Amino acid sequence: MQKHIINVLVENRPGVLARIVGLITGRGYNIETLNVGPSNDPTISKMTIVIPGSEAVIAQVVAQLAKQINVFRVDDVTSKQHIDREAILLKVSTRATGRAPVIEVAMLFGAKVVGVQPDALTIQMIGSQMQVEQFLTLVHPFDVLDISRSGSVAMIQE
Amino acid sequence: MTPYQPPQGRTGAQCVIDGLLNNGVEVVFGYPGGSAIDLFDKLYGSPLRVVLPRHEQGGIHMADGYARATGRVGCAIVTSGPGATNTVTGLATAMMDGVPLVVIAGQVSSGLIGTDAFQEADNTGITRSVTKHNYLVRSVDEIPRVISEAFFIASTGKPGPVLVDIPKDIQQAITLQPDVQDISVRAYHPTIQPPPAQVARLADAINKAHRPVLYIGGGAIISGSCALLRSIAETYDIPVCTTLMGLGAFPETSPLSLWMVGMHGSVAANNAIQQADLVIAAGARFDDRVTGRIADFAQGAKIAHIDVDASAIGKNVHTHIPVCGDLKQTLELLLPQLEKTDRSDWLAQIAKWREAKPATYHPRKDGKLQPQAVIEAIDRAARATGRPTVLTTDVGQNQMWAAQFFRHTEPRAFISSGGMGTMGFGVPSAVGAQLGRPDALVISVNGDGGFQMNIQELVVAVEHRLPVKFVVLNNARLGMVRQWQDLFYGHRHSATILSQEGRPDNERIPEPAEPRYLPDFVGVAKAYGLEAVRAKSLAETEEALKRAFADDKAWLIECIVAEDENVLPMVAPGAALSDMILERD
Repeated sequence: MQKHIINVLVENRPGVLARIVGLITGRGYNIETLNVGPSNDPTISKMTIVIPGSEAVIAQVVAQLAKQINVFRVDDVTSKQHIDREAILLKVSTRATGRAPVIEVAMLFGAKVVGVQPDALTIQMIGSQMQVEQFLTLVHPFDVLDISRSGSVAMIQE
Repeated sequence: MTPYQPPQGRTGAQCVIDGLLNNGVEVVFGYPGGSAIDLFDKLYGSPLRVVLPRHEQGGIHMADGYARATGRVGCAIVTSGPGATNTVTGLATAMMDGVPLVVIAGQVSSGLIGTDAFQEADNTGITRSVTKHNYLVRSVDEIPRVISEAFFIASTGKPGPVLVDIPKDIQQAITLQPDVQDISVRAYHPTIQPPPAQVARLADAINKAHRPVLYIGGGAIISGSCALLRSIAETYDIPVCTTLMGLGAFPETSPLSLWMVGMHGSVAANNAIQQADLVIAAGARFDDRVTGRIADFAQGAKIAHIDVDASAIGKNVHTHIPVCGDLKQTLELLLPQLEKTDRSDWLAQIAKWREAKPATYHPRKDGKLQPQAVIEAIDRAARATGRPTVLTTDVGQNQMWAAQFFRHTEPRAFISSGGMGTMGFGVPSAVGAQLGRPDALVISVNGDGGFQMNIQELVVAVEHRLPVKFVVLNNARLGMVRQWQDLFYGHRHSATILSQEGRPDNERIPEPAEPRYLPDFVGVAKAYGLEAVRAKSLAETEEALKRAFADDKAWLIECIVAEDENVLPMVAPGAALSDMILERD
């Protein structure tokens, strides 16, 4: 099942986030990541929701979201030309391997070392869904202590 | 010293009542409580008629029945905590069937929210998925706008219930905000105008179709499209089947009527759908009780779907011609593009299928009263009065027999919980319908199970002199589940036998005593102040109906019917529409 990135413009009001999340989970769909932040209009928030699902499921999610009273606009970004980015913070133990091999993988992805501890490194990586997945595959053999992911944000280019 | 100045402005509670009046409300179904006293204080002496149900669920179903019978927005007021949680089933019922309601709920004071205060519940959280929209009011200044928005949202697009939760301190606070006249909701713009290109595609498909079928649902009634649909069907020779919610949208007395489609639909309707080359869904949503097994539904047909709710289109079946928009506007655009097409072969086939009638039943050898015969008797007796008739039902076998054996000819005259299938709907919805339609003969058909789920509302009918005729088809069973147990579960009657005898071991009553059935419905109804009679034969039923329909009081007619009658025809759950069970084995 393909992952779809869905952008939702909603009124910036209390309860709207709960309504959107409740709608999606209440109909049995699974949210993989969810990001909410203000848009260029402070009264409107932009949500970016990543949902795995068939075309039919995603079409239904989009239609259900679109009919919510607080929703201005829903875009299935995946079906359009777009840029998506996710930020991740990753803490890796260097006790067994030393720092060098971890830094080498990080450099390959343009990731930055943002924290250094005696036996661990904290790495910041920003990339598309695909790049993030590749990066996580490559660091997997290391002793990963912790991961924090922002969830995707995306913008249509058309 | 400055003289005393009375406070300017209005309280939040006053704004609510003014808002209801400004939005055309005449009747409020209200049950008070600690967090709603201020609202009720402002109802006191207002021009609004207040009807006190005996349970909040009953109150919401009354508002629902009122709304369905009149086409207006139903309105209820309840208190916080249990008052609000008791509305959930009623809200879900209205939500599923697209019924416009505005429900005002009291809430504990703002400062107490989140502290597990007495009678506190997260009303907006609990009702989120069973309302079209809901509000927690955070400032008294919002109230005039929120009340008007609630009515606007409830009654436009696909209608539905809206709950407004108002903390007690905000009901008491003073505001200078005036009432809101022109209402618009920033992000809410229901699609009303259908895309002309799609309407043209639909017209072309209809003009080319040899075997078209109109499949019409509750949306036809909600949008006021019945007359247009009828003229399209009759002018262009298109047979019509309806859903349960669409009963009455097209007169079943017309030779083009195929009656109801679906699980308990007619042979004519289900055959026509399966043989059609074009199915035109109008304000219907391809519910699983309509389609049977999706993979086998209308295999040879193009599917066209007109609906105001974009999310309903393509949800359950693949749609070839989607038309999102108001049904009435769509049909107005469609009508001039239609052409006469010779469909005599199709109509001949339809006429043949119609010989099978919507449903049939065989006379019994044991002479027990048959529930189907009771519905036919109600139909005859109601017609004999010459009065407009509104039939409400409960849920289960009684509902299906009322759908099959009553001839539905008028919109807003068949009121039933379709989507939610809410037992306990029959009694209060009839009370609400009669309040909205004082001119009509209102008949409420119930089973002996659901009748007890909101039996307390009988008192409202009596108090308000509402001459509803309540009929209970007493088969001493939860009949629809009993039918499934007989057909699909090896006759294992688990928890479906309401008489004291014949139950499985783990439900056995120690020493069954007389009477063998509890309660005595006639006795209960008389205690509530109704006229009540028990009928055990068709002759007694006919006599009772005649007396009751001629009388200006509320009546209960309890019909003791055979315990083992099934609703037929039936498409087994998960089977194809063409695979109908016609006869009892």
